[in-house]
Parts: sequence; C-alpha cells; structure tokens
Amino acid sequence: MITLEKVADELELEVISCAGVLGRPVLGGYASDLLSCVMARAKQNFLWVTLQSHVNVVAVASLLGLAGVIITEGNKPDQDTIARAEKEGVVLMLTPSTTFSVVSELASLGVTGEAKHP
Amino acid sequence: MPSVPQITKVQELIYELPIERVMTKDVVTVSPDTLMSELKDVLRVNRISGVPVLEQGRLVGVVSIEDLIKALESGETSATVGEKMSTKLVTVLAADSIVEAVKRFAQTKVGRLPIVNEQGDLVGILTGGDVTRGLLEAIGLDYHAEEISRYRARHIFEDIVSDQTGLILRYRVHPRDFQTGGGASSKLKRALDRLGARPQIIRRVAIAAYEAEMNLIIHADEGGELIAEIQPHVIRITAVDTGPGIPDVEQAMRPGFSTAPNWIRELGFGAGMGLANIKKCADSMKLESRVGAGTRLEITIYLQPQQNSESGREAQKSEAES
Repeated sequence: MITLEKVADELELEVISCAGVLGRPVLGGYASDLLSCVMARAKQNFLWVTLQSHVNVVAVASLLGLAGVIITEGNKPDQDTIARAEKEGVVLMLTPSTTFSVVSELASLGVTGEAKHP
Repeated sequence: MPSVPQITKVQELIYELPIERVMTKDVVTVSPDTLMSELKDVLRVNRISGVPVLEQGRLVGVVSIEDLIKALESGETSATVGEKMSTKLVTVLAADSIVEAVKRFAQTKVGRLPIVNEQGDLVGILTGGDVTRGLLEAIGLDYHAEEISRYRARHIFEDIVSDQTGLILRYRVHPRDFQTGGGASSKLKRALDRLGARPQIIRRVAIAAYEAEMNLIIHADEGGELIAEIQPHVIRITAVDTGPGIPDVEQAMRPGFSTAPNWIRELGFGAGMGLANIKKCADSMKLESRVGAGTRLEITIYLQPQQNSESGREAQKSEAES
C-alpha cells in the first residue's frame, strides 16, 4: 500500500506540516477546490488535491481524517494555517504543478478515486 | 520544514517528573577505606557499575567500574577506594525534574549521578537506565489513566440515571469568522469520539455540523449558535441565527444554488452543496426561516442504526460505500 512518504518522494512535494506522520497510508484521492464537495466525497485517509491554501482547508482535512492535502500551483498557506495544521495533525504538501498534473501522477502510482481497504 | 516545535509526551514528562520518582533509592555505598579488591565484589554481587563513596554519612566521591579496571590493569588491587575514586562530584537534587539530570549526563558524560536532598545527604542514585525505565512506566500509567477516562466518558449515560438524559453542547459562531471556521464542529466531533460513538456516525455528524457552522459564518448577519443535544440514542444539532432569513427555502435546498458573494466563493465556499450535504448525512432535517427574523435548522442523527428511517437508510448506504 502506498504511503504519504512515497507520494511526497515521487512527486517531489514540499512537506510543510506534520512531517513526522508520513508513514500514513493513502487509500484514495479526491480533487476539488469546493470545500462542500470535498466534505461530501473525500473519505478517510484520502489525499486531497486543491489550489486552496487558506485555514479552512485544515478544518476540512481534520474533520474528514484525510491522509493529507496537496496544495497546487505554488500556492502557499500562511503561518497561522501551517500552525493550525501542525496542531490538528494535518499533513500539508506543496507543489508548483497544476492539479491536473498531480492527479495524473497519483493515478500512475495507483492512487484512485475509490476507497481501497488497507 | 515546520517551524512549530512539536512537544511529545516524553518531552513533557522529562520536564514534569521529579528525579525522586525514577531514581534508585536503595543505594549501595562504600567507604574511602574499602579496598579496590573488595569493590570488585561489591560491583559484581550487586550487578552495578559504580557506587557513591560515603565518609561518616557524607558524600565524598564516586567510584566506577572504569576506576576498578584501571587499578586492576596497574596491579593496584590493594589500593583504597579513597585513592582511586573521582572526587569531582556532580550531584542533582531529588526534587529537580528529570531534564536536569539529562542535561548533566550530556555535559559530563558520567554514567551515574548521586542524588541528594536539600541538606546534601545522599538519597538515591540515577543512571540512564533509570530514566528510561521511569519514563516508560509514566507513559504506561498515563495511557492507563486515559483509558479509564475514556471508559467513563463512554458510560456516562449509564452512570447518570434520569427519565431522559441529555448532554447539551453550545457553540457560538461568529459572522465571517473563517479563521476559526470549523472549530465548533471539530469540538463536537471530539466530544462524540470521547463518548464512544461509532466512527461512521461521527463522520456524518461532523459533515452536517460543519456545513451548518459554515452557513452561519457565511450568511448570518450576526452569526449564530450551534447547539448539539446528545442523548443516548440520538443527537440533535440545531443551528439558529437572527437573520437575514431565507426567502425561498426550497430553492436554497437545491444542490448548486448559492447566494454567497464572489469573494467567499473564491475561498471554495458557496458551492451550493451545504444543505444538500446536511440532508444526505441526517436521518431527518427541518429548515424554518423567515426573512428579517432568522433561520432555524434542526438536524437529527441516530447514534444507533434505525430501521424505519428513509434517509437514515440512504446515509447508511453511502456509509457502506465509503
């Protein structure tokens, strides 16, 4: 099963919070910039790919128990958001790539939109 | 890398635990007149690698297995401990926290520290092994205490007897407060976890509460209140505000319909999915609104599976898919 660490390595992501829990399994993925859609569709231990970088991203990821969040197109959260992520145990990872590129790379690693059981 | 330091439980304990809780109190000692050949037997019999040296009850030095080896190598077995001991005394107070001892270990490279009280009397001895053992034990105790506290929380409804027991959690939600947005739902989620609710139920409550909370933040003029009443078999979440009110409730319920302004949509809110999400997660929901007066949204979610509820079945179906 694929872990956050493998994803971060393969996609050359910059991990900016909770680097200590990269052993977490990734059971699937979801991509959207609309928080309510994420709330409705992303499942526990999913990776979320978005270009949103504000503090509510952390709230959504924490409420859903997501594996982590990949923030695309070079967007960077502010210090408050990073501190909140650290506190809530949310792994935030950055990349200059677009959401589309990230999703296609994830797919080639075997991450799908359906939940995989560990 | 994150600049925020992460304090682990062990780090916390190093600062919290006093040395006297982890030190060895039953200290084997020798006197300066003890011969090095006798010291060899003291170390072997007690399976230790060093001892404090006391002269008339006063700590005068420490002698270790290294000192013994040196003496053996140079054939000085008839030398006394007083001649071979180390008299550069590094001691730590029994009441100090473990971190003081850890610092001293790092600074001096000694293997053991004599522990003294305020009067300077020897009251114990501390090795790296004692620190490790003490910390492991403390973590174990903490873990146990946490388990008990979780057990108690889970059985709160059995312990408190009434005709109808309920736990009411109220959260004030401030208008346009995106900074702490989701905070009330997070706390509610944690409370349900504490009370031992099933993970799938907690997930549905979290989603419904989050959407209701964000609606108050995005739309309510004065913000509002999120109230959760938890009963043994059901949780009822009510979101109330004092306006502006919804002119057409049916329209508001339609997926994709939103009145959120552009700047809020740019943050990823206002997808028009909030109420639809709530409906999907709830066993039942009631939305009442009057323009100029306010809105009241009531969400009911059963904590145990319900056989006779339409949307409950639907929610369980989507649960099974997840």
